[in-house]
Amino acid sequence: MFQSLTDRFDGILNRLRGKGRLTENDISEATREIRLALLEADVHFSVVQGFIERTRERCLGADVSESLTPGQQVVKIVNEELTTILGGESFQVTYSSKPPTVVLMAGLQGSGKTTSSAKLARWFKSQGRNPLLVAADLQRPAAVDQLQTLAQQIEVPVFTAPEGAIEAARGGLVEARQTGRDVLIVDTAGRLTVDDALMNEIAGISDAVEPDYTFLVVDAMTGQDAVNTAEVFHATLELDAVILTKLDGDARGGAALSVKEVVGRPVAFASTGEKLQDFDQFHPERMAERILGMGDVLTLIEKAEEVFEQEAAEAATQRLLEGTFTLNDFVEQLRQVRQMGDLSSIVSMMPGVPKEVKDADVDEREIDRVEAIVLSMTPEERINPDVVDGSRRARIAKGSGTTPNQVSNLLKQFKEMRKAMKGLAGLGSKSKGRKSKTKKGKKGKKNSARGGNSRIQPKETTAIPKLDIDDLDLTLPGR
Amino acid sequence: MVALALLPWAHRAWSERDGRVTTKKTPPNHDEGLSCSDLEKPKPSDDTQRSETQDQQSESGTELLRTRISKARDLVSNRLKDIRGGSVDPQIWEKIEELLILADVGVHTTMETVTRLRAAVEDQSLSEGGMVLDQLKSQMVTELSRDRALQTVAPKGGVPIWLFVGVNGVGKTTSIGKVARRYTDEGLKVLLAAGDTFRAAAAEQLEQWALASDAELVRGSEGADPSSVIYDASEAASARGVDLVLADTAGRLHNKVNLMEELAKVRRVADREPGEVCEVLLVIDATTGQNGLSQAREFAHAVNVTGVVLTKLDGSAKGGIVFAIEKELGLPVKLVGLGEGDRDLVDFDPDLFVEALFGND
Repeated sequence: MFQSLTDRFDGILNRLRGKGRLTENDISEATREIRLALLEADVHFSVVQGFIERTRERCLGADVSESLTPGQQVVKIVNEELTTILGGESFQVTYSSKPPTVVLMAGLQGSGKTTSSAKLARWFKSQGRNPLLVAADLQRPAAVDQLQTLAQQIEVPVFTAPEGAIEAARGGLVEARQTGRDVLIVDTAGRLTVDDALMNEIAGISDAVEPDYTFLVVDAMTGQDAVNTAEVFHATLELDAVILTKLDGDARGGAALSVKEVVGRPVAFASTGEKLQDFDQFHPERMAERILGMGDVLTLIEKAEEVFEQEAAEAATQRLLEGTFTLNDFVEQLRQVRQMGDLSSIVSMMPGVPKEVKDADVDEREIDRVEAIVLSMTPEERINPDVVDGSRRARIAKGSGTTPNQVSNLLKQFKEMRKAMKGLAGLGSKSKGRKSKTKKGKKGKKNSARGGNSRIQPKETTAIPKLDIDDLDLTLPGR
Repeated sequence: MVALALLPWAHRAWSERDGRVTTKKTPPNHDEGLSCSDLEKPKPSDDTQRSETQDQQSESGTELLRTRISKARDLVSNRLKDIRGGSVDPQIWEKIEELLILADVGVHTTMETVTRLRAAVEDQSLSEGGMVLDQLKSQMVTELSRDRALQTVAPKGGVPIWLFVGVNGVGKTTSIGKVARRYTDEGLKVLLAAGDTFRAAAAEQLEQWALASDAELVRGSEGADPSSVIYDASEAASARGVDLVLADTAGRLHNKVNLMEELAKVRRVADREPGEVCEVLLVIDATTGQNGLSQAREFAHAVNVTGVVLTKLDGSAKGGIVFAIEKELGLPVKLVGLGEGDRDLVDFDPDLFVEALFGND
């Protein structure tokens, strides 16, 4: 019944896009739909109202550019308004000139403070820093153990003091100075905003360590209460930014919009998975683009950059484009793609992926199976899959615990993909004219020829999504 | 075969990347992340710059905050006052819709509720806002009439097992501790099964609850198969003559296929002799928004949930999403968590819940 915000906007804006001229009625209809979509996405009621008013005014107002169709204009306005709410720019961390740079983590119970503290420590480490974690959550049973276990995985020390949260924080600061740790991350107990005693305690911690940054940890699944929570924490602690957690769920994360709008502080980091590396700086303008159906292309590219070893990837790409891509390369790529994080979250970031694919259950074990099949092949078979005959197929299936049918399916798909990629190489090269036309004809045929597994290449893949809204030719992927 | 779909795309992204960077088609912030050279030598001016901008920010920020806090706080009570004091005019429906949406009841359920309310109000020709509000409350309470009994006795005579499931951070472990306290108080012999073998120190957390609530504990090592831990627990329970087994599970997002399958397996294994699953309780955090419905649907599908535990209702969130869950999926809320104490877990009461949904009316 529920569609994602992205899907909804896709639907609304597509309807508008088809029109040459917008009437007041069209705008009312569009804003009504947008209102519902935002409310269903848990954006706070008053934030939605403001958003709708501004959008409507601007749509009706005189600033209609001549170069854009009215439909494009609405897309542009909605995108701009969303980006405005979300904060425009990414959050930048500036390190204190007198180390350590102190970071205080605050939030409700269960929002993910302890996990985020460890993930943040890992992030600082990856930036070349030496963080120290302070376990100041003495409230929840075994919270200290939890932080210690996580810290061990990333090899970051933990400081704690059983006497009390404020003592632990203060002691951590001294410890960091003595041991030359340049970032101090203080994990605190979860607390409800209505609990005055605990709110006073965290104010005390804040006074004791004078944090350079105070982060509020917010669960992406939070509803209307996100606004209230953020307000009270902001009034108590003067927040600097928000860490948004559990974004790998299917919640639409309207809370992020609400919090930004109401306390005026950006989302600095976002957590997108259970592994400690599933944590990244948050890029607000990309979230807006994601909502508008352009996919989170930039984040994906950065992830790719981080993981893919450039040279190896380039060599593989070269082979791929030449059509000499082997199954060895294939498995290597699979492994690297998996390193980028949870598959379903990667898929959800990709623009132009048909809804059915996004909604499809991504079964990671299927990839294990693919890997097992390839690993059960001889080197020769991996380079030249054409040699695989019936008996080889049976052997491979036996070796990988699959069926001969699965083996031949994989080989078939691999060959098709290799062909398709070879075709794409022609399209992608700079000589777009004559050559690409002929290739395109060929490719089109193949597309239709492919049966149930045609997910491989949605038509749109030939149109690289453009990220510049002005350049947007309004064939937004995903239609 | 998502991987196959993914691969060409990843390559395109990769090969396009160079083009983008060189032609500067990337949005400006692409390269603005912290570069290593910035990190090595923090410029002395950074600090002063930061504190300056912060001062500016905080000044306008506090002012903004003040107006906004009062705005959000007053929203609910003003609406209520408006409705109570006013007559039945067209605006009243909008105000009621707003109230319900602010309590996280959700757009769809709100619309349905208000449509039904309108019909009832017209039917009885109510004329005062206050009467409408009372009608709304009684209508909601009626819609919440459902069997909420908790099964502590296994129908087939096995060891009764309660399974606690839910997304991360909703309070599964804490709820188990409180339920344990409740039944040890009643004189039952309770055993806790530390089925959360994933989260760091989850078993330690449960262990402390076991100590606090005079319950026994069975745990496995971190990373062990949760099904086997829970099965061990049910065997131990049967051997020791335990009356009730409360099984913890690791928090999982309901859109993770493999984790949901793991949970389904846990349920199947727990249901094997000598155990018998009597309750599967989905724990939902009162701050949860519309995603709660999606959680309930997926968990119900995977493990046949028998009831909901609504936690953290002592905060400022109203937990209105459970109203939508009851209405749309027919899952009864059975228990409500009201605080951090070990006895702060009570049976769900529709009257009090609806009353609280509308704040201090």
